[in-house]
Amino acid sequence: MRILVAMSGGVDSSVVAARLQAEGHEVVGATLQLYDARSAAKKGACCAGQDIRDARAVADRLGFAHYVIDAEKRFQDSVIGRFADAYAAGETPVPCVACNQGVKFTDLLGLARDIGAEAMATGHYVRRVEGPHGAELHRPVDSARDQSWFLFATTRDQLDFLRFPLGDMPDKAAVRAEAERYGLVVAGKPDSQDLCFVNDGSYVDLVERMRPEMAGPGEIVDSQGKIVGEHDGVMRFTVGQSKRLGNAAWLDGQRQMVVGVEPGKRRVIIGPRAHSYVESLLVRDVNWLVDAPPEGIECAVQMRAREVPRAARIRPVPQGALVQLEEPAMPAPGQACVFYQGTRILGGGFICRTETESAA
Amino acid sequence: MVSTSAGSPQRQPIIYLDANATEPLRPEARDAFLEAAELTGNPSSVHRAGRMARAMLEQARDDVAQAFEVVPLNCIFTSGGTEANVLAMHGLSAGRRFLVGATEHDAVRKGFPEGADVTWLAVEKDGTVSLAGLEQALNASDTPAFVCLMLANNETGVLHPITDIATLCQRYGAHLHVDGVQAAGRIAFSVTASGVNSFALSGHKTGGPKGAGALLLAGPAPGRVLPLFEGGGQEQGRRGGTQPLPAIAGMAAALRTALQTPRNLSPLRDRIEHAACAVGAVVSGAQAPRLHNTSSLILPGRLAQEQLMRLDLEGICVSAGSACSSGKVAFSHVLQAMGFEAQAGQALRVSLPWNVQEEDVTRFIQVYENMARKAASGLKLSTLI
Repeated sequence: MRILVAMSGGVDSSVVAARLQAEGHEVVGATLQLYDARSAAKKGACCAGQDIRDARAVADRLGFAHYVIDAEKRFQDSVIGRFADAYAAGETPVPCVACNQGVKFTDLLGLARDIGAEAMATGHYVRRVEGPHGAELHRPVDSARDQSWFLFATTRDQLDFLRFPLGDMPDKAAVRAEAERYGLVVAGKPDSQDLCFVNDGSYVDLVERMRPEMAGPGEIVDSQGKIVGEHDGVMRFTVGQSKRLGNAAWLDGQRQMVVGVEPGKRRVIIGPRAHSYVESLLVRDVNWLVDAPPEGIECAVQMRAREVPRAARIRPVPQGALVQLEEPAMPAPGQACVFYQGTRILGGGFICRTETESAA
Repeated sequence: MVSTSAGSPQRQPIIYLDANATEPLRPEARDAFLEAAELTGNPSSVHRAGRMARAMLEQARDDVAQAFEVVPLNCIFTSGGTEANVLAMHGLSAGRRFLVGATEHDAVRKGFPEGADVTWLAVEKDGTVSLAGLEQALNASDTPAFVCLMLANNETGVLHPITDIATLCQRYGAHLHVDGVQAAGRIAFSVTASGVNSFALSGHKTGGPKGAGALLLAGPAPGRVLPLFEGGGQEQGRRGGTQPLPAIAGMAAALRTALQTPRNLSPLRDRIEHAACAVGAVVSGAQAPRLHNTSSLILPGRLAQEQLMRLDLEGICVSAGSACSSGKVAFSHVLQAMGFEAQAGQALRVSLPWNVQEEDVTRFIQVYENMARKAASGLKLSTLI
């Protein structure tokens, strides 16, 4: 069948393309141009970076069609812009979810359907399992590369069309070995790190350039509004963190942590670690990969990209879902709360901001 | 996974309808190219090998000059169309301000010297330059003008009324530089009779090999041009660097053949346009005089990117407005200048090569009709939407 492969120019998606072709499929490669890798160099200039070159080299070597899709404007609006907006709203966003959800699994997937493809494959480490009630999304075999948390917003309709051939790979070494067997130039290419669109400096610099009003030092206050310290920029703080608080890290013999961020006032609110945990939280924009259980469901939730899931009970509510944690935790607004049952993703949503405000 | 019977695009025969990107090599050009490649000499050398190369170079110069009715010493060989345009814009524009057509090729749009005073010339809805607008711009200042307008547009094939434009330019003492890259070899054109001052062309757009072009100058005496690089003083000190003789000889042979054995492609073009319009397409520039091989087909609501991919996967090579060197499909500045908005991202350019076959056109029409009838998801992947 004709399959569109989303190719980043890295080793993972290149192996996906090579393997599908070896299996006899008609592979069509597509690389999204998400941002100008040389934006600093020359505005409006052509912009084929190394990754596009690599993706093309793989396609040329294997002899299948490859296209570069211009999604710069879309990516700027739907991912980078929303990333900055989230910080401005005192949240800690997950841009990879927004990108998968929009540019990749809506736009590119739409293009795949338009050109008559019967499926779209990516190099994500996640497993798609044909279950009795349709496609299921599961954690991959290689837990070190698990990307399932970032893919919770995949809809059932999208999942139906998607393929993730690397979900069964034991480890990255096996993927690289497969790349070598296919003779791919990218077999030894280093993995991409952190956020793809932040290439110089940090995400903090990027957001500060986009929202200069949020940049610069500000006050650290306690929940009564009393100034207890100073910080070097609100974007560096996420609810739940204890680092970067300086002398305010311990107050009255109690370990402190961030309980809220107020970007408008350039304020970081802290509270004693022991007393700030919550037992329940609200999540919004919930995506269910099973039929939403009206009576609620016992499962495990993962609230950060890398953490051990914790037991919880989820109940759908009109605003999204209510998560009742078995043991208190400190969820960060804007992050994803993903519902798992064993290896399977049941659904997930974004953590809502709780009413933690400084008194003043 | 269910397997379909659809063959891979690599196994399908290619139907090449992208002549305005590059024409297929003409056999006469190939022969001349190979013959020149066998010659060892450098045309600048004084020995016999050099003289043999020079003789071939000067024969090519005579041929190209004759084709456009300029004197041979006013045919300056370059590496291609872009260099010919840029050489004119840098080397002939001293003391002049620039008036540049809004639908020019990027070679010209981005070809003027740094700090140049540039006024953009609007086009009418049909793609031809507004003569009233040109006159207004010529009149706007006492500084003499350097006017850049193309003979035929690369995306729409629309022909500017060059003779009228030349008359106007002469009246205001302006230099008229014409980018003739798409027109050369496709329509007969006399630089001298039309009244233009300089004219750029490219070898591979007429069926020659890539790597050669020429800047032609009007007038009986060798025109002075400030070189972009002096090098060894070749081309009368107007373009340094050893001439690529095989590409130049190939260009001359291609031009000769193209002009001596013209083939009117408009019946085939009209067949395509008729069929495309029947399934909802709009032809841009249809009201203006046009090249006989070029159609700009807008399929409303359907992104050029998607159309291009669909056709390519069926083995059909056409192009979208303008693709940058990264391969991504951008909006067409030509169609935007003609007043199209979102539709400037929904156009395909079909340009028939000199050797197009009737059945190529039939196959194209069949695939295009199929594409137009299929529903699309309404993509948002695009720069302007």
